[in-house]
Amino acid sequence: MPLGDQALVVEFGNVISPEVNSRVHALHDAVSKAKLWGVGECVPTYRSLLITYDPIKISYENLVSAINNLEKSLDRYISKSARRKAVIPVVYGGEFGPDLPFVSQYHSLEENDVVRIHSEHEYMVYMIGFIAGFPYLGELPDEIATPRLESPRIRVPEGSVGIAEKQTGIYPREAPGGWRIIGRTPIRLFDPSWQQPALLQPSDLVKFKPVSTTEFQQICVAVSQGNFDPFAEE
Amino acid sequence: MKLFRVVKPGFFTTVQDLGRHGFLRYGVPLSGAMDEFSLRLANMLVQNNPKDACFEITLNGPELEALGDTDIAITGGDISPKVNGQEVDMWKTLKISEGDIISFGKVRSGCRAYLSVRGGVNVPSVLGSRSTYVRCEIGGIQGRQLKAGDFIEGFDSAKPLDFKLSLPEVFIPEFTDEAHVEVVLGPQLWCFTEKGVETFLSNAYTVSLEADRMGYRLEGPTIEHKAYGDMISDAILPGAVQVPPNGRPIVTMQDAQTTGGYAKIAAVVTSDLYVLGQAEPRDRVFFHSVSLQKAHSRYLEYKKRFEIIEGELQRQAC
Repeated sequence: MPLGDQALVVEFGNVISPEVNSRVHALHDAVSKAKLWGVGECVPTYRSLLITYDPIKISYENLVSAINNLEKSLDRYISKSARRKAVIPVVYGGEFGPDLPFVSQYHSLEENDVVRIHSEHEYMVYMIGFIAGFPYLGELPDEIATPRLESPRIRVPEGSVGIAEKQTGIYPREAPGGWRIIGRTPIRLFDPSWQQPALLQPSDLVKFKPVSTTEFQQICVAVSQGNFDPFAEE
Repeated sequence: MKLFRVVKPGFFTTVQDLGRHGFLRYGVPLSGAMDEFSLRLANMLVQNNPKDACFEITLNGPELEALGDTDIAITGGDISPKVNGQEVDMWKTLKISEGDIISFGKVRSGCRAYLSVRGGVNVPSVLGSRSTYVRCEIGGIQGRQLKAGDFIEGFDSAKPLDFKLSLPEVFIPEFTDEAHVEVVLGPQLWCFTEKGVETFLSNAYTVSLEADRMGYRLEGPTIEHKAYGDMISDAILPGAVQVPPNGRPIVTMQDAQTTGGYAKIAAVVTSDLYVLGQAEPRDRVFFHSVSLQKAHSRYLEYKKRFEIIEGELQRQAC
């Protein structure tokens, strides 16, 4: 489906699921590797891939048929792609996670259980959006899936880790927001001076690791010295 | 090399170029000039590179004191540009001498003027662009709009021109308070009833006060959805027309976030996006549906227009 005269959207069903999202990332991989003349950038989201193109260099029809061909061999890209894995340290609860009590009460759980469930599960970066570098992570286990705040906060601090329905995400900078905030990470998610400005990219795998406030401070120092690599831990 | 001192910043003056491309998947908006046509022309009139950065001036213009001799050009919306208090022509090369004061007056047409300076505005390039993206504080002057006391740097390599250029009148766009723009329907046309699409295409929509570089909320007849206006978030680009459950369309513009959760009824064609970039609150917008094929031939015409203009300006320069 065209989005205006210089982009098209390839849709893969109308659900949020790891299977559908993996196909989106596989097509993204395939399109990037094909290096088609006239194709600009790709934006993978939950269940669709946006592809921009220059209609002077490649016609819509030729682009569509090239994509159809790539889709036939998609399984190859799904199995081949070695995913990057990040471990994100988080201080849960307290002043850093003001909504942790609500989330635990909502599910009649202990706060510790919410933390355990949130940090045991491995998530995939479905897409990046909302603000530069904000990762939408899924799928959050039903046991702790919680609706958004009824009225969004004007300021959510940088590094805040939140829950919205069956997703979890991290605020790369202070912003208004309606996600239930359960913790905070000291690591940087977005820096325009990096060659790849966002720490995480769509299709990365992410786990959260509970840390103490002391460790939080230590990691803050390491981050500011450039000595912390969330992809190194495993 | 210091070019200007900002005496007054104006309502909202930022540094913009053709935008930040290649980072949408990291959530970084395109940014760049709201009226790309006028930005390109401003650069051409001082023989700059197309990628050079200019000032985008919104409604109430700044006051700038020149700190050296240079060439400038002012294009886009007409907000009564002046040099030393005297009104000056737009769409022409203007010679500026040290001590000159550039200022603006009342808005006559459009709402964004572009001021180019020979060699381009010298601010650091961030992710391949000098465009200011205020929400993330990147690009331009420390990621923000101009403020009084700022010094604007130029490039030492830029030598003043020994000729003046002037855009032939036939190429000067007219910005009225009625913007007619062509759209390609979709990609989520299935979310709307036939009546909803008909409503969208046959009525005027008024730009509300909630209109900025991120997008415009429009007021007008409610566009009917089939079942719901919310869908799974996906990517959006400048020009996309989203319709939230309340049926009132929102056009996304240059600084819009890269993903959105409302169904998109259509997207404005690239060759008309600059017209929309000059729309201000209370202006009326009319959407006209065209085929993708027609949109592509419009784009080709749009690109050719620059080639023809470039040829004419080269002739003047000889």
